[in-house]
Amino acid sequence: MDLILDLQNVVKTYDKKIAVNNVSFGVPRASIFGLLGPNGAGKTSLIRIITTITRADGGKVFLDGQELNSLHPEQIGYMPEERGLYKKMKVGEHLTYLGRLKGLSRSDTKKALTYWMEKFEVSDWWGKKIEELSKGMQQKIQFIATVLHNPKLIILDEPFTGLDPINTNLLKDEIAELSDKGVSIIFSTHRMEQVEEICDNIVLIDQGQNILNGQVKAIRNSFKKNRFQIDFAEEWKGTLPPGFEVVDQKPASLVVGLSEGGNSNALLQYLLGQGAQISAFNEILPSLNEIFIQAVNKNHGLVS
Amino acid sequence: MDKLFLIIKREYLSRVTRPSFIIATLVTPLVFVLFFVIVGFIFSYESDDTKKIAVLDESGILKGALKDEKGIFFKFEQKSLDTLRKNFKASGYDAVLVLPKIDNLFSKDYMVYYYSKGQPTLDVEVHIKDRVRDALRDYKIDALKLERKQLEALNTSVDVEPEPIEKGGQDATRLTGAIGAGIGFIMGFIMYMAVFIYGTMVMRSVMEEKTNRIVEVMVSSVKPFQLMMGKIIGVGGVGLTQVLIWAIMIPLLMTIAQVAMGFDAEQQMKMSQGASSVNPEDTQAMVMAAMAEIGNVNWALILPLFIIYFLGGYFLYSSLFAAVGSAIGDDMGEAQTLTIPIVIPVVLAIYIMIKAVETPTSSLSVFSSIFPLFSPIVMPAILASKPPAWQIITSVILLIGTSIFFVWLSGRIYRVGILLYGKKGTFREFAKWIFYKE
Repeated sequence: MDLILDLQNVVKTYDKKIAVNNVSFGVPRASIFGLLGPNGAGKTSLIRIITTITRADGGKVFLDGQELNSLHPEQIGYMPEERGLYKKMKVGEHLTYLGRLKGLSRSDTKKALTYWMEKFEVSDWWGKKIEELSKGMQQKIQFIATVLHNPKLIILDEPFTGLDPINTNLLKDEIAELSDKGVSIIFSTHRMEQVEEICDNIVLIDQGQNILNGQVKAIRNSFKKNRFQIDFAEEWKGTLPPGFEVVDQKPASLVVGLSEGGNSNALLQYLLGQGAQISAFNEILPSLNEIFIQAVNKNHGLVS
Repeated sequence: MDKLFLIIKREYLSRVTRPSFIIATLVTPLVFVLFFVIVGFIFSYESDDTKKIAVLDESGILKGALKDEKGIFFKFEQKSLDTLRKNFKASGYDAVLVLPKIDNLFSKDYMVYYYSKGQPTLDVEVHIKDRVRDALRDYKIDALKLERKQLEALNTSVDVEPEPIEKGGQDATRLTGAIGAGIGFIMGFIMYMAVFIYGTMVMRSVMEEKTNRIVEVMVSSVKPFQLMMGKIIGVGGVGLTQVLIWAIMIPLLMTIAQVAMGFDAEQQMKMSQGASSVNPEDTQAMVMAAMAEIGNVNWALILPLFIIYFLGGYFLYSSLFAAVGSAIGDDMGEAQTLTIPIVIPVVLAIYIMIKAVETPTSSLSVFSSIFPLFSPIVMPAILASKPPAWQIITSVILLIGTSIFFVWLSGRIYRVGILLYGKKGTFREFAKWIFYKE
């Protein structure tokens, strides 16, 4: 697979605490990749290694086929979860400064800024001081600062917190558009519904280890429990033959668990044979939320 | 290198364009000069009420003349004390001064009597004392038939004139020490200010960056060390700018103030020293000699050395301030605890500097001028007294080495500290951070 980022057996320790314990995974090019994990799992440590803020004690990291080096920060855009700006600076000055620090020339910065500020409809903020902006407005500025230098890889840590639904959508569209253009995006969040919606692939980090990694669809399929939801057009009061277990029953809907090797067609046929008016028949895939909790608990030795 | 320059530029420009900086830079000299003008005014302020004093000169030493001055008017009266006291209210006098007859020319004490409602005010008392003493002196000289010239010859002023031991060695005048000390004090205090004002400026700025979380964005573009150095150099530039502006503005404003207030230096000197002791020509000669002595100071050596010590001291201390700033969030209380170990050597150095100016060759002075935590403040203060070359060279090498080491050390602490939240910075933590791998 064509990987933009490839982590191989990365290890990082602080004092005696192992923050990243032999983690390997790859981020496919032009994909949106979810970096997930409970608080304190080691996500930030990993991100800091990828962004070259810190160096791994062991293992290797490749960005676009090259081992990570001091020129790579210019190809990465990073929007940390705890993000700030110089309050006293003006928006235009501030963005120019950050762009220049990412290695853009003065004129390239200007060009990129014109493009992005128009896109986010913030061109008239150029002379405003950062402290005059609301938190959501500042977030837009931070996003522009992240993508300004046209990075190959963008790392967004909880990018939607503090944004209203309109701006959240604006940002989502922007992320999708960047992804379409071939930019790879690592997206770190605790909001699993956002991951389901946006990400193609994920890695789940817990206690410094990679405990789950792969395509979202495949993971959800692998965690499925052969459950089906049946909605009826009118109240249904039948019973099910052996081999089908009623997990949840409401007057006009049913959640049925199939035993090992059970066939969903058989269930459907049985119900139709009973004369049931079926309005919907769906396989229930576990949500990422459930998978997250299940996987983490399992890793902690807890029974879910 | 490019990025370092960008950081320096931002750190510098964002400060010097801040209205608060511009105001502080321009207003401080004004306040400073205003302070001196007001102090000068207070000291030259004379009582503005007038006093009429009747003088009964039974001794005859005043020969009917006592000069009026500063709102004090004297009038000689022939009436008796009793009459004057009786008609005191109607007479319009504020007091009656009685000079009793002189019985014994050899007496060293003489009492005059001042009759009034209250105490004589200090200015009146001083005035009367001075005039009567001078008059009495003249009276005694005449009465004892002494030779005035001989008497004056008794007041000899003694000065120690330094001479070089080798023939053809560089000659110093008796002013050299004084001028050296003066320059030393000024340089020492500039250093002291630079370390404190700009060192804490660096610290606050680091704390601010950490608290408002810009730092994580920054270090994803530049190395923490670049960020720290950019800040230290940028703020150092701000410091130099400010000191330079003050160095130009303060003497300028002082001169303007003096001209505007109408007291020139000569007059002031006369006033402060009293008219009797020094004559103006002597004063002028002194000033000329002092000027010559300032010119004699080896500026070509002292100025570059001063800049080296300034930079060395500034880098050494401000990097420590940066390290402390990185370890704490917005807790100023904690900042104070952690800065104490930085502040102590600076304060000690100031005291040593004051002592070293007096005795530049004592072992304490020599040691302190070499010891790198003290040398940036102590050495500039004794440079004018020409310490030997080995002392300067050792001191400079040690200072440069130590500065580089401290900047490196602080960089190690800084890079860990700025990204660490919720952990208290302690010296033991610092020690651990230094040895963290990148």
